[in-house]
Amino acid sequence: MTSYIVIALFAMGIVIGRLFREKDTTRKNVDTAVTWSVYLLLFLLGITVGTNKEIINNFSRIGYQAFWLTFGAVCGSVLLAWLVYRLFFKPNKDEQ
Amino acid sequence: MKGSLIILAFFAVGLAGGIFNVFPEWLLNEDLSTYALFVLMFLVGISIGSDKNAFYVLRKLNFKVVLVPMTVVLGSLSGTAIISALLSNINVLEAMAVGAGFGYYSLSSIFISQMYSQELGVIALLSNIFREIITLLAVPILVKYFGKLAGIATGGATAMDTTLPVIVKFTGKDYGIIAIFSGIVLTILVPVIVTLIIELM
Repeated sequence: MTSYIVIALFAMGIVIGRLFREKDTTRKNVDTAVTWSVYLLLFLLGITVGTNKEIINNFSRIGYQAFWLTFGAVCGSVLLAWLVYRLFFKPNKDEQ
Repeated sequence: MKGSLIILAFFAVGLAGGIFNVFPEWLLNEDLSTYALFVLMFLVGISIGSDKNAFYVLRKLNFKVVLVPMTVVLGSLSGTAIISALLSNINVLEAMAVGAGFGYYSLSSIFISQMYSQELGVIALLSNIFREIITLLAVPILVKYFGKLAGIATGGATAMDTTLPVIVKFTGKDYGIIAIFSGIVLTILVPVIVTLIIELM
């Protein structure tokens, strides 16, 4: 349920945001508010994680998994991007 | 880079305080972060919707540019899915949910910890921060060996802001607009794809 509310609010925000395209002060304030809500949420996430013994005791395993997942995501995107670049973006030598 | 350090600092302060139990009971209420998430997502929406660049960029692009964010989505999801086979304690969908952060660590970690598990949320936080750091450090090498889309691809959602300067520097200004486009599309897709994957679990 939470996820649908979040997506709906997100979509509403995009539509409403279009009204503020010319309002630079409003846009700046919104960006500041975004930054601070991210800080707040990460702070709260820190608290919940800190009070969760299971995560604290397994922190090195979690870091290890995170590292390898990053490796997978980066390799996957870069290799596929290489293929797409060669097929669709690379300037054709015959045309130059 | 500075931004991610500040965010990590907030996380670390919360973490330390949580471990030593210094916070009052009301701060531990789960509903608090749910409401904060509602506010955040609404604000992120407004921020994207009010971005003049976002729609201006769209008009200047031709169709094949859509391939770039699609490449990042497919590459990140398949790469993390393959790696998950080598990792114990993490299944394919969990790995893909982490990969679907596309470098947008704040949003993806908050989402995953709210809707699935805190442990996977922390993995998403670290993994997507690593992704941004790797991009900042490795773009010159990646672009040299894997073509001009490589930096935009590792950058993922961050290609529109934090990693844009490095990408433009090593790929050229003409690719700057593709980087911004790809970053915007991926930023919008992060909550959508993460939610879809969590719904499958």
